[in-house]
Amino acid sequence: MQTLRDTLLIFRHQMRLSLRNPVWVVIGLVQPILYLAFFGPLLTGIAHSPGFPAGNAWQVFVPGLLVQLGLFGAAFVGFGIIAEMRMGVLERMRVTPVSRLALLLGRVLRDAVVLFVQSLLLLAAGIAFGLRAPVLGILIGLSFVLLLAVSLASLSYATGLLTKSEDAFAPLLNMITVPLLLLSGILLPMSLAPRWLDLLSRANPFRYIVEAMRAAFLGEYATAEVGAGILVATLLMMLSLAIGVRTFRCENV
Amino acid sequence: MLMIEARGLTRTFRARQGTVEAVRGVDFAVQQGEIVGFLGPNGAGKTTTLRMLTTLLRPSAGTATVAGCDLCGDAAGVRRRIGYVAQGGGTDPRCRVSEELVLQAQLYRIDPAEARRRTGELCRQLDLAGLEERRVQTLSGGQRRRLDIALGLVHRPPLLFLDEPTSGLDPQGRSNLWGHIRRLREENQTTVFLTTHYLDEADALCDRILIIDHGRIVAEGSPKELKQRISGDVITIEVANAVDRAKAVLAEQSGAGEITISGSTLRLSIKHGDQVLMSLLRALDAAKVDLVAIQLARPSLDDVFLTLSGRSLREDIHDSTAA
Repeated sequence: MQTLRDTLLIFRHQMRLSLRNPVWVVIGLVQPILYLAFFGPLLTGIAHSPGFPAGNAWQVFVPGLLVQLGLFGAAFVGFGIIAEMRMGVLERMRVTPVSRLALLLGRVLRDAVVLFVQSLLLLAAGIAFGLRAPVLGILIGLSFVLLLAVSLASLSYATGLLTKSEDAFAPLLNMITVPLLLLSGILLPMSLAPRWLDLLSRANPFRYIVEAMRAAFLGEYATAEVGAGILVATLLMMLSLAIGVRTFRCENV
Repeated sequence: MLMIEARGLTRTFRARQGTVEAVRGVDFAVQQGEIVGFLGPNGAGKTTTLRMLTTLLRPSAGTATVAGCDLCGDAAGVRRRIGYVAQGGGTDPRCRVSEELVLQAQLYRIDPAEARRRTGELCRQLDLAGLEERRVQTLSGGQRRRLDIALGLVHRPPLLFLDEPTSGLDPQGRSNLWGHIRRLREENQTTVFLTTHYLDEADALCDRILIIDHGRIVAEGSPKELKQRISGDVITIEVANAVDRAKAVLAEQSGAGEITISGSTLRLSIKHGDQVLMSLLRALDAAKVDLVAIQLARPSLDDVFLTLSGRSLREDIHDSTAA
């Protein structure tokens, strides 16, 4: 109960700070919108080539962009915790009786809400470009985005706390996110990949999430893809939260 | 009643060169209502000890009772009863003053209405009235420091920890803050435990000083007691005439020690120089010595530290940048 109250307190505070500078929400959207505008049209041309999954190009591409938005939005929140750590804000809060779990969850919740709003805006842009998908499929897709936001934000906060400096965090983040992006089939589906690349990408949890979202956007709900996506996304979230909580509980950060 | 009782507090850090013993078995007690200063050069273990006492760092060995709660067994109890103001503060420059204070109160589970009431009260108390809606980033150094202290007081803790409370403030800001800290004790009987590497601060503010060096407490006492431990005061006079007669007068003073003369300036080492000053002036006048200048120098805590450690506290401050 107390943890819930503290979580809402931290969430409201963080949300207020984010709303004070809503320009960042928009800036976070610039990259995926650019992909939508300058990369999406290329796909409409090759959507009928062999190996390209079923559905129109936007049904394949927009789910990938949503995951990319999550990857580059939520994974970078660790910079914020490093700044808060440097300002002494985190330490100041850690001396109070506030729940350590809430210090993490309040922030993660804020990130999930921000990412959710960005996703809605991106979807609207996608629809403007020609995306057509069933409402249920879109709702399932948004749920995946939320699971992903919670996972990546938790991991990012934990990594930020452990690295303690932007100089160490930034290259680490690039080293991790770029291969994750390339091996997920976000830009082009892995059905186009040679066998070795296809196998390699199966080690990447994001691949399952992207494929599940694509299936949902096609209206294919009761499929192995969606099942695998839910399983992977849930496991990833549980693991990430566990790592995040452990790091926030640790006394000597 | 004891507010802090530390028993053998020890903290070691693992570093590349092996283990570093930051704090090596520190024992001390602080009574309720005392202002106690932890004095030592940078890297002596002041902040590490403070972080242990405020639950931010787990001791490698030893334990403490803080504000009636066991440090290791009841960290939550300690947190509820103490305020802590870190060296660099802990405010978010993007926030408004009132926002920070209300949030801090709510972190201590104080309800919003009461949190707002206390925000107003603390702003009045710490000269922040009228600044409630200002962003933290627009505050001056002194205002920001007072806000840091207000944040540490929002739950009315009986015990307040201040880590280098006046570092980075100008002289006016420092003496202003000292006034606020003294008032805390007078009005709310708050016990204050602070660290400093400013000798004048320890001298002006503290009832009692613990001197820490290389992770150990090397001396303890009131500023006066500590200074009396080392040789007495020095009286320096400059005369317009009759250096010999002046020397004779100085030598007659009770407790007089060595006299050194350079030109028309005479230096006398003496115990309790403050008590002989008046009779010395009269005697010099009676001996028809024309006095140009007179000066009484008391031993400083720096002299105390020099005697205890063989090093000057100031040298260390300039040499080292590590906290």
